[in-house]
Amino acid sequence: MTSVTGTTPAGHRSADEIGRTPAGPRRLPPLGVTKTVPLPDVVTRILPSGLKVLAAHRPSVPMAEIRLRIPFAAPGDTADPAHTARAELLSSTLLTGTPGRDRVAIDDELAAVGAELHVGVDPERLQVAGSGLAEGLPTVLGVLADVLTAATHPDAEIVRERERLVERIMVARAQPRTIAREALQRKRFGNHPIALEMPQAADVAAVQADEVRALHAEAVVPGGSSLVLVGDLDPEQVIAQVEQILGGWTADHPARELSPPPPLPEGEVELVHRPGAVQSQLRLSAPALRREDERYAALQLANLVLGGYFSSRLVENLREDKGYTYHANSGVEFIPGGAVLGVETDTATDVTAPALLETRYELGRVTVVPPTPEEVDAARRYAIGSLLISLDSQGGLAATLSALDADGLDVEWLRDRPVRLDAVTYEQVAEAALEFFAPTRFTGVVVADAEAVGRPLRALGGIA
Amino acid sequence: MPPIPLHRATLSNGLRVLLVPDPSTPVVGVAVHVDVGFRSEPEGRTGFAHLFEHLMFQGSESLEKLAHFRVVQGSGGIFNGSTHQDYTDYFEVLPTAALERALFLEADRLRAPRLTEENLRNQVDVVKEEIRLNVLNRPYGGFPWILLPPVLYDTFPNAHNGYGDFSELEQASLDDAAAFFDTYYAPGNAQLTVLGDIDVDATMALIEKHFGDIPARPTPDRPSFAEPAPGAERRQAVPDAHAPLPALALGYRIPDPSTQLDDYLGHALLASVLANGEAARLQRRLVHDDGLVTDISASCGLMGSLDARDPDTFTITAVHPGSVDPDKVLLAVDEELDRLAANGPAADELARQSARWAAAQHHEDDRVMYRMLGLGARELLYGRAEIALELPQRLAAVTPQQVQAAAASLRSAGRAVLLVEPGGAADEQGEQE
Repeated sequence: MTSVTGTTPAGHRSADEIGRTPAGPRRLPPLGVTKTVPLPDVVTRILPSGLKVLAAHRPSVPMAEIRLRIPFAAPGDTADPAHTARAELLSSTLLTGTPGRDRVAIDDELAAVGAELHVGVDPERLQVAGSGLAEGLPTVLGVLADVLTAATHPDAEIVRERERLVERIMVARAQPRTIAREALQRKRFGNHPIALEMPQAADVAAVQADEVRALHAEAVVPGGSSLVLVGDLDPEQVIAQVEQILGGWTADHPARELSPPPPLPEGEVELVHRPGAVQSQLRLSAPALRREDERYAALQLANLVLGGYFSSRLVENLREDKGYTYHANSGVEFIPGGAVLGVETDTATDVTAPALLETRYELGRVTVVPPTPEEVDAARRYAIGSLLISLDSQGGLAATLSALDADGLDVEWLRDRPVRLDAVTYEQVAEAALEFFAPTRFTGVVVADAEAVGRPLRALGGIA
Repeated sequence: MPPIPLHRATLSNGLRVLLVPDPSTPVVGVAVHVDVGFRSEPEGRTGFAHLFEHLMFQGSESLEKLAHFRVVQGSGGIFNGSTHQDYTDYFEVLPTAALERALFLEADRLRAPRLTEENLRNQVDVVKEEIRLNVLNRPYGGFPWILLPPVLYDTFPNAHNGYGDFSELEQASLDDAAAFFDTYYAPGNAQLTVLGDIDVDATMALIEKHFGDIPARPTPDRPSFAEPAPGAERRQAVPDAHAPLPALALGYRIPDPSTQLDDYLGHALLASVLANGEAARLQRRLVHDDGLVTDISASCGLMGSLDARDPDTFTITAVHPGSVDPDKVLLAVDEELDRLAANGPAADELARQSARWAAAQHHEDDRVMYRMLGLGARELLYGRAEIALELPQRLAAVTPQQVQAAAASLRSAGRAVLLVEPGGAADEQGEQE
């Protein structure tokens, strides 16, 4: 066993001695030069079926990344619990059977080429995402075509996945972050379909197999969907493969896009009671800008200064000065027709009210005490550098291209982004902060033991 | 792909250096792996290795508090650190332009970290919030990495909670931190890894410039953490007030990867054959055919494969409905292990799993951060970063007989069984189900 203990300091230096050297503090070296590695060209083709295919050559490893995005909104203007439950079951049985393959055969075929596919659904879209050895891409496309055109959602699989889904929902809803997310979505979007991200167990239990099959026939369609392929591949050749292999995936109507939700309500933060919680979730939100808005780059920099990265005012205050939290951050989330800011942190119960106070203080401060040139320049370098890092992998590039395409933006927008960030002035950042971060613009929720935190929270005001 | 060249050097103060040039990327990664993890922290100071990792971000002789974060991110980079059983890592990934800055930052804190009472108290609070977030305020917190070791192991290094008890974190003193640094953060006890678009000679010169004058200090003897494997099954139940469903974890001992790598890899592929993908044995049997569990997984290594020295743990974990008797789950797992121990996996079944491993390795290697951390950890733990590069080929060479032998060895040895009981059962002892 080690002999190091707190009470026998013999043989080691003091903390003070450790922190000093005879030479004294040294100067930070200057930045050098980063080689330019251009983003690959993205070949884009819309097939006769309406499926948009985007392919890019990125041979860093002998792999290929796949992102299929199908708009998958509920039919009406209000949340539809039955649709949400069916969509979730459709997602969990998509890879479990076709006339030619069962669950195991599908997975065996993917595994043989080192591939994995994962299916996920949310109020906006159904996504099939994965990767595999590049040489096996035709195999993966073959499996994908089979499940898109001929998935049977077998009765037995529906029965078993229904049980599992009910169990998984129980587990998910025991997570404080899920409780907070659901409360925030209700608070922000009311009864709009975007608010309903996870079905209720009772609605899942009521879903019948033929309802899932009917939803598949109606909603798993190529028109308006996109397929992104990035990797050690020839874009033209892979698009020809897609045309051939997925050519039979057709429909007489396009996929259903989610309608824009109503504007965020202004006003009070809702306190959600979670008895006995030892930690509280603070979630605040206000309207923001979409990427295509000319002020977006300025808003992005203002957000970084506030809480968009570790070296931000929120983290330096709430974590590194006060020790209230392990994490605090702010960011922009895109929704149909708009965007919302989110500010979040989790704090010990006894400092919940002080943490909300400091969060509102930092929102107010960034509004009226504009980010300094040093803060803006650091945020700018981070925005440009972290973009470079995030795009330096097949998966990062594929995910970004898929998300941008859903908003009607392409790789050229990505290519120009560093230039646009460079062009933002300090005044534009101050203006964005003034317009978007005023504390009174924010609604939100606090999930906490209300008996423990209610009084001091209400004393701060603005708490429903 | 061309073979990846590895360049090694050792500075006169003992710091080991691994350079991995990759001209295809515009970013560079810098990592310091220190040969101390939570297994080495002193009794009465659980969680100290991790707490100390936090302190290493709190400034150093040339950098005020907050400066480390600001310099990395203000140079366009990202950073992190993590504490494992046998090592602690610190790293940045940045645009190549910031290479020298990253070396400067790592050298400054390895030479002269700024350890202050104020920062210590602040980071004790932050770590407590981290533990509330990841363990205390959520279901299945610390499952199985904190909860399983005390069932399988008897000695403090192997059994204790690496996140730490609040009372012991609160007692941590500045002098503990000074002693820990002087003992374990000697340059000869650390390894520097640099990966990216680098010139080997120029980078070595920069490393010598920034790290070369850190005085050598004695390196600690690396203790053996060996302890006898359990001869029988050990069972323990723990309540979880937040968990809506029961869960269970099985823990087994695995071969020492530094002396029995091929046997170890047999266990790694056994984990895949058991639980990786819809066609895996336990998925088919327990999730689908018998409907006993909601989800099940298996892992060779408590915190990942090839991530620790001996002893380490093979885990099987499952969440299951309250109506299912956990012994039925155990019985089904044992039957599947017996089947593999008797007949081994089919050759094509194994080939599919090794194809998935190879693809997963490529996937990891496509990110500078993961490739660097994988190479650095294997170099520190086993003295051979090449293990990370050779893994796809070595796994492809594992035979059905080796996986069969791994299954047999799990079945013939003792094991730990951890049962997570939902709903704060410990507080309701009067209530019988």
